Amino acid sequence: MTLQDVLLAVVGLVAVAGGVAVVSTRQLVRAGLWLVVALGAVAVEFLLLGAEFAAWVQVLIYVGAVVVLLLFAVMLTRAPIGPSTDLDRPALPAVLVGAAAGLGLAALFVGVFGQFQVPSPAVGTAERIGDAVFGDWVLPFEVLSILLLAALVGAIVLSRPSAPQETPVAQGSSR
Amino acid sequence: MIRPVIPLVTAALLFGLGAYGVLRRRNAVLVLMSVELMLNAVNLILVTGDTMRERVTGQVFALFVIVIAAAEVGVGLALVLRLFRLRQDINTDQVALDDEPRAATPAGEPALAGASDGEQA
Repeated sequence: MTLQDVLLAVVGLVAVAGGVAVVSTRQLVRAGLWLVVALGAVAVEFLLLGAEFAAWVQVLIYVGAVVVLLLFAVMLTRAPIGPSTDLDRPALPAVLVGAAAGLGLAALFVGVFGQFQVPSPAVGTAERIGDAVFGDWVLPFEVLSILLLAALVGAIVLSRPSAPQETPVAQGSSR
Repeated sequence: MIRPVIPLVTAALLFGLGAYGVLRRRNAVLVLMSVELMLNAVNLILVTGDTMRERVTGQVFALFVIVIAAAEVGVGLALVLRLFRLRQDINTDQVALDDEPRAATPAGEPALAGASDGEQA
């Protein structure tokens, strides 16, 4: 066990604890804040694994944008302040599927990679990622940008307050 | 030297927690949060695979997954807000998809929107 192993294990425990809190808390806003803990811990794991660029993208997009969007949605749907009692379904099928997926995959990984060791990765590979994205993967990158544009247009269309022909009236009168 | 089994087991447990949350939670926003947990577990596996093979393909795919997750959460939350505006409720097992003819939806919608604005004010 090297220092990096210990750090990876500790940060992984933080991530799993945050995930447990996300799926078990009774307060909606706190679920979003625990999600920050889990995603931030995963970003630290990226840093420890040498994926610096992916770590900062994770912090910017997930912690910065996705969690803020989720918290906006929690508040726009008028979530109650304080614990809610009707957040959960019966536990048994969820426990079965979740434990089978999580523990099964974990057992598989331990069995395959149990004693496997690799040299510590070099840090700061944004240049190599740029070469890869705009070299080998430039076509998927462009397709992905079109997908993102389509998703943005779709989100705007879905969240407009009323039918298209009434839009000017609704915008002028409501806010 | 690092042992890649540690982040791999972390990712497996996060994926299991996400699957548990998707099946257990009733609130649509909490379901989306659990989906984010699962996507992050996949990203962690991709980045760990990079470390093992000393390449950057996995990181590129992790970036793609992050972009797709951002698009997914944008559209998903727009759907959730739309659902809330129509039904005043986002519990996923209380969504009645056919209790109202489709032609009546545009007529009923401004009244609901107006009512919710009135409650907010």
